[in-house]
Amino acid sequence: MRTPHASTLKAALNGTDAVDDNALLDDLQRAAFEYFLEQYNPQNGLIADTSKEGAPVSIAVVGLALSSYPIAVEQGWISREDALARSLAALRFFQQSDQNGKPDSTGYKGFYFHFLDQQSGKRVWQCELSMIDTTMLIAGVLTAATYFEEDNADECELRKISDALYRRIDWRWAQDGADTINQGWKPESGFLNYGWEGYSEAIVLYALALASPTHPIAPDCYRAWTLTYQWENLYNFDFLYAGPLFVHQFSHAWFDMRGIRDHFMREKNSDYFENSRRAVSIQREYCRINPLGHTGFDEYCWGLSAGDGPNDDQPQIEGERRRLFGYAARGVPYGPDDGTLSPPAVLGCLPFQSDTVMRSIRTQLERYPEIRSEGRLTSGFNPGFGMDRPWVSPGHFGLDQGIIVMMIANQRSDFIWRLTRACSYMIDGLRGAGFRGGWLDGAKAGLLR
Amino acid sequence: MRTTHQDASRLDVPYDIFERQRIQNLKPPSWVNPTPVDRYNLVIIGAGPAGLVAARGAAALGASVALIERDLIGGDCLNVGCVPSKALIRTARVYADMRTADHYGAKRPEDVDVDFERAMTHMRQLRARISRTDSIADLAHAGVDVFLGTARFMSRDTIKVDSTTLRFRKAMIATGSRPDTAKIPGMEEAGYLTNENVFNLTSLPPSLLVIGGGPLGCELAQAFSRFGSKTTIAQDQPLFLPKEERDAAQLLSDAFARDGIEVRLNTKAVRVRLEDGKKVVDLVSDDYHSSVAVDQILTGVGRIPNVDGLHLAAAGIDGDATTGIKVDDFLLTSNRNVYAAGDVCLEHKFTHTAEATARIVVRNALFPGRQRVSDLVIPWCTYTDPEIAHVGLYVREANRLNIPIRTFTVPMHEVDRAILDDEQTGFVKIHVAQKSDRILGATIVASHAGEMINGITLAMVAGIGLGKVASVIHAYPTQAEAIRRAANAYQRTRLTPFLHGLMRRWLRR
Repeated sequence: MRTPHASTLKAALNGTDAVDDNALLDDLQRAAFEYFLEQYNPQNGLIADTSKEGAPVSIAVVGLALSSYPIAVEQGWISREDALARSLAALRFFQQSDQNGKPDSTGYKGFYFHFLDQQSGKRVWQCELSMIDTTMLIAGVLTAATYFEEDNADECELRKISDALYRRIDWRWAQDGADTINQGWKPESGFLNYGWEGYSEAIVLYALALASPTHPIAPDCYRAWTLTYQWENLYNFDFLYAGPLFVHQFSHAWFDMRGIRDHFMREKNSDYFENSRRAVSIQREYCRINPLGHTGFDEYCWGLSAGDGPNDDQPQIEGERRRLFGYAARGVPYGPDDGTLSPPAVLGCLPFQSDTVMRSIRTQLERYPEIRSEGRLTSGFNPGFGMDRPWVSPGHFGLDQGIIVMMIANQRSDFIWRLTRACSYMIDGLRGAGFRGGWLDGAKAGLLR
Repeated sequence: MRTTHQDASRLDVPYDIFERQRIQNLKPPSWVNPTPVDRYNLVIIGAGPAGLVAARGAAALGASVALIERDLIGGDCLNVGCVPSKALIRTARVYADMRTADHYGAKRPEDVDVDFERAMTHMRQLRARISRTDSIADLAHAGVDVFLGTARFMSRDTIKVDSTTLRFRKAMIATGSRPDTAKIPGMEEAGYLTNENVFNLTSLPPSLLVIGGGPLGCELAQAFSRFGSKTTIAQDQPLFLPKEERDAAQLLSDAFARDGIEVRLNTKAVRVRLEDGKKVVDLVSDDYHSSVAVDQILTGVGRIPNVDGLHLAAAGIDGDATTGIKVDDFLLTSNRNVYAAGDVCLEHKFTHTAEATARIVVRNALFPGRQRVSDLVIPWCTYTDPEIAHVGLYVREANRLNIPIRTFTVPMHEVDRAILDDEQTGFVKIHVAQKSDRILGATIVASHAGEMINGITLAMVAGIGLGKVASVIHAYPTQAEAIRRAANAYQRTRLTPFLHGLMRRWLRR
């Protein structure tokens, strides 16, 4: 990869320095949103997983796009009609998609395959029918339905399809007779045999699975999942352990977790929002200690999460101990850690520790201006792995851009949170999982259902 | 490295000076069984760790004791288990250290040339040395009547060893267990290794597939990989060591990958065939089918209790080859005069558990003892690099039992000695009851986790809380200091905001 000239870097740096936090967030959020416009197929509303040529669609990225359109409308970046048209295109596609579960279909039992061809909408890469990615899609669908609440034909149709898509999902089937929900299924081999223990981004999955009026999971399923949690005192923080940052973000992109508690958090006298705050502190402490001695790590240069990174195909120095993981879920303190950081994962923590996050993202941009291209943050960079500048992930990833758009909106105006606090399925789901307190006690459903 | 390798079906250990010593100690060809006494206080079937501890213990107390062994004194542990495997692991670690010498500030040798035969000879030498402690002569000297032969129950109070009949007041079955080999089509014909013959190898297999990710499979996969075998490990689960904590197993997977082992999780071996002298094994992971061609297969996906030929029914003892001998919490079988100890009746099949249960049997069988197995605090350790040790409750067990707990975690990268030794991988996690400092369990992943877990076990047995551990001075710099750091973290959580305020006010007087 060609490395930018020092003066170019300086110019980019000055550009970042010159703007205040609000303007910087504006720029990053808008650039992130424009990913969805650039990677959009108007025929079916589907969005590519990455900006890489020929990349397939990730259904989760579609869910993030559906959640982001209302933000763009409010910001004045696109019209309400445009947002509605984009949303409807996607919803109509999923409604009419082939649900027979055959290897080249789009979905089964109301769930969808993780990756789809952007033109045909059919499964690619022999990928799995994904419960968590379907959840992120359907969370976006429900968010859109809560936003488009007007009484005109298109918005009525959107709400109708949204409800049908949600009701079609057979969450109970995904339990496969077990105590918790299975992660995936393949037409070739059935349910996947992956352990899915411990705290993860699945609160939104369990909540939506509990609230289904048609195929809910067993009521004790959520509790069974929380029995696999690990509550640890690490670096003097008491915290519900999960290594990668994205785990501490994705449910929060939709749910306002401030002050609401389930049985587990009541017992520990904490809540999931506070837990994500601590996750930030733990990440910073790990990167300050920097046990593996990676270049660049410090208390402002952190962010181990799922994202792109260099792989072992890169030339290696003789005797070098490092192993490189490519696209992987990196985490602290047990790794994997190959020195790669994810700037979008840092920015995605904005609602949890806004001052720290702003200073951190500025520090990273200042030191490594090349982590921003086309105005957007790259999926990952490795400061110690490049010739004289860091290795930087080429292009952009939809999940990263979506979380940036949503979390900035949540930080600034609780935007997505205000929408979902009026979504009856989401309210019912959280209550079904045993959440009480805070805004949830007085929550009333909006128009949906 | 040799280009040929041994055929698993023809594995005979080289009968060198060390082997002659071992056999002389453990099964001397000239041995003549003693004339039995009229009725023994205790007859023990099986001279593995449990049998040996019970025989010595009972004889020291003045009981008449007969110990029956059909093969080698010392059992699996000494002959084909812990002892030889740990010897090999040590040698393999030396080679690994040589390859990474520059990480320790030393010069890496230009070429690390592995001498596998020397490693095996060294192992045999150490095994022979340890076999002295368990020698048949020593046992006889301690007052134990040792009978070499095959035992079977004749009635509720008699056992026959070949043609000799032994009468007993009490008996203990300690026949141990053997590896359970995967029932994979074609494997019998292709040949395979288990712990029972792998230590007889005299040449390094250039490539090796380990089927099963339990403790022994993990230990040997790493050792052979470090010797230079191109090693693949296939585990039919999402993680290795499925009983252990997820993070421990994850760190082990990472360590394997660093060592160059090809890790195949969620993968089943479904068929084996011979092709051009190689064993070709078909693997399936969900819908992904692949094959691996190797020189040797090492398997052992569990243990089967040794109960065949004992004629348990003749003595009214319940048990079978699947579940082993059925015992109650006092280790008593359905025959009120017969006890069992060790692998043949326990879920936790470890040498130290076998020995601990044997001590219980001596107390409960010979005296009016009522000691319970459930009272034992049992640590265990898998001797990979890093080692993985555990004692007491797991978090998931505590959650399931509705016991609220807190975990105090210290990553090894916070411990000076671990940094100095370049052994930073791992952690100490100590679980305490939510509202007290009572230690309920711990998991340690560290280079010397097996040594470190003993301190926590001691605290648990002695009823020492984590708060008290904080006041125990640990020598600096040691890796076990991680335990004190966890205790300090606990102490800090006791400093509530109120207490903190009081202390500040006091200091500002």
